[in-house]
Amino acid sequence: MSKKLLSGPYLVWMAGFIVIPLILILYYGLTDKTGAFTLANIVSIATAEHSKALWLSLGLSFVSTVICLALAYPLAMILRRRNVGKGSFVVFIFILPMWMNFLLRTLAWQTLLERNGVINGILTALRLPPQSLINTPGAIILGMVYNFLPFMVLPIYNVLCKIDDNTINAAQDLGANFWQTLTRIWFPLSVPGVISGITMVFVPALTTFVISNLLGGSKILLIGNVIEQEFTRGSNWHLGSGLSLVLMIFILASMALIAKYDKNGEGTAF
Amino acid sequence: MKKKIWALALGGIVGISAVLGGCGGKSGSADAGEVYVYNWGEYIDEEVISMFEKETGIKVIYDMFETNEDMYPVIEAGGRTYDVVCPSDYMIQRMVENNMLAELNFDNIPNVDQIAPEYMERSKSFDPENKFSVPYCWGTVGILYNTSMVAPEDVPVRWSDLWDEKFRGEILMQDSVRDAFMVALKSLGYSMNSDSRGELEEARDLLIQQKPLVQAYVIDQVRDKMIGGEAALGVIYSGEMLYIQEEVAAQGLDYNLEYVIPEEGTNVWIDSWVIPANAKNKENAEAWINFMCRPEIAKMNFEYITYPTPNQGAFELLDEELQNNKAVFPDLDSLDNCEVFKYLGDEVDTIYNDLWKEVKSN
Repeated sequence: MSKKLLSGPYLVWMAGFIVIPLILILYYGLTDKTGAFTLANIVSIATAEHSKALWLSLGLSFVSTVICLALAYPLAMILRRRNVGKGSFVVFIFILPMWMNFLLRTLAWQTLLERNGVINGILTALRLPPQSLINTPGAIILGMVYNFLPFMVLPIYNVLCKIDDNTINAAQDLGANFWQTLTRIWFPLSVPGVISGITMVFVPALTTFVISNLLGGSKILLIGNVIEQEFTRGSNWHLGSGLSLVLMIFILASMALIAKYDKNGEGTAF
Repeated sequence: MKKKIWALALGGIVGISAVLGGCGGKSGSADAGEVYVYNWGEYIDEEVISMFEKETGIKVIYDMFETNEDMYPVIEAGGRTYDVVCPSDYMIQRMVENNMLAELNFDNIPNVDQIAPEYMERSKSFDPENKFSVPYCWGTVGILYNTSMVAPEDVPVRWSDLWDEKFRGEILMQDSVRDAFMVALKSLGYSMNSDSRGELEEARDLLIQQKPLVQAYVIDQVRDKMIGGEAALGVIYSGEMLYIQEEVAAQGLDYNLEYVIPEEGTNVWIDSWVIPANAKNKENAEAWINFMCRPEIAKMNFEYITYPTPNQGAFELLDEELQNNKAVFPDLDSLDNCEVFKYLGDEVDTIYNDLWKEVKSN
């Protein structure tokens, strides 16, 4: 009885802020303005503008995820090798910028990348030619990597920390060299963290619209931008919801991936 | 009209202080009632609110909105009723068409004679008999250019100059459907209120053609990017000009930013006071509008907002230098082929949005 009472607020929360909104999106996505059932909103992902935006989003978030993984894995290994105190201090330093608002950090990148911005200022001072950095796909990838890197580092770090030193020592005692230990011991044991990190980077990168607006000069339309504009300026909630449902397919696929590889929830971020 | 993003945040503070101020200062006759005002963020000198309360004894409850599209559903739903609202031209037309506005009783608004007749005339495009609205601020949209990046012979005079290869990567366009299409439609010689699919598709093709030359599509950032020397040309609302000129002078920049109204004509926008049909304190609302039309008050608001005032009395109170500042108060005859935005209906809106999406995704 008392247990039920305690779970009450969470049930209300889940119903009010997760289940009901999802049902609303499903309803809007599958109806037109008159309220009649239609698949047109979902099928419209096939139109040239939408599919182009979707492929571009998939491409940019894929590249960002790969870069994040390449940066995060060695870092997580370095952090694990430090003794506990030092390692957690570095992790703390890593999380520190996340206390600042995501929008402000992205706006700061704008100031850095602008034509008369900080980076070009330094280049000019070194008598190097200034580069056009902002409003390019590269700038968007940079923004994604910068903002989402901690979400890759932390789950991998957590999983690596749980690997017993004796396992590694045993491998080395039995004659495995560094690469063999890495590919046969470290990596297989850290897969849950890697998968969880990939999902936590890929999904927000796929759906972002702020980063592409601020660092892409609104010239590069991602699927997140299309959805955002349908909701705000176009005020066509039906189309926006339909496209969100399409995106949800990708999100569900990555959740299925997590469920497959991370059965014990080891690779959680915090 | 286009307010800064942070105006909303500041607006919240102003709103709270306005309400608190209203509670504290119970001077004048205590039961003069209240008036619910709904205005753009940062669109009034706060001092004016307390002056109004002190003089009339009417308590002001002041709320703010960020876009016309945000305001409309609030008034339509009627959950919170407002007595006086300040929408833009095309939105007033939409409200008139949907019977959402009350006719003004001009006996209670004698100061309306301070509004210069040409603005009442222009208002007729959205309020045909001048029955529902009293102009508050107005302005134009034009091209801002950087004198050090644009050679004297290349100074833009028409919209089509924004398609000049010389300015590849140097152009800032407005990131909003109607403003972007206005530029393309006007340069093609069409009306910016066109609802012909053929004309709109031509405009779309022109915008796609321009895209490689555009540095970025932005709204509020045009101002700061131009001051920072990031681009040579930018499409901008004239209301920002006073701020820009002051900022260029204050920072001691080695270039100037000049404003041009293109030959093909542009968008003249007007924000006006209206009273919703469901207003509960109509007479107080009329007292508010009357107060806003008083020359000294309009001058205070102009100095705070820096968007041109249609109030002739206030204009005459300004310094001569300001009166002759063509960027702020353009010659009206240069506005001959200008238009006011009209609400085109949901269907045409959808066409605009779809074509704009094609431009953006290209």
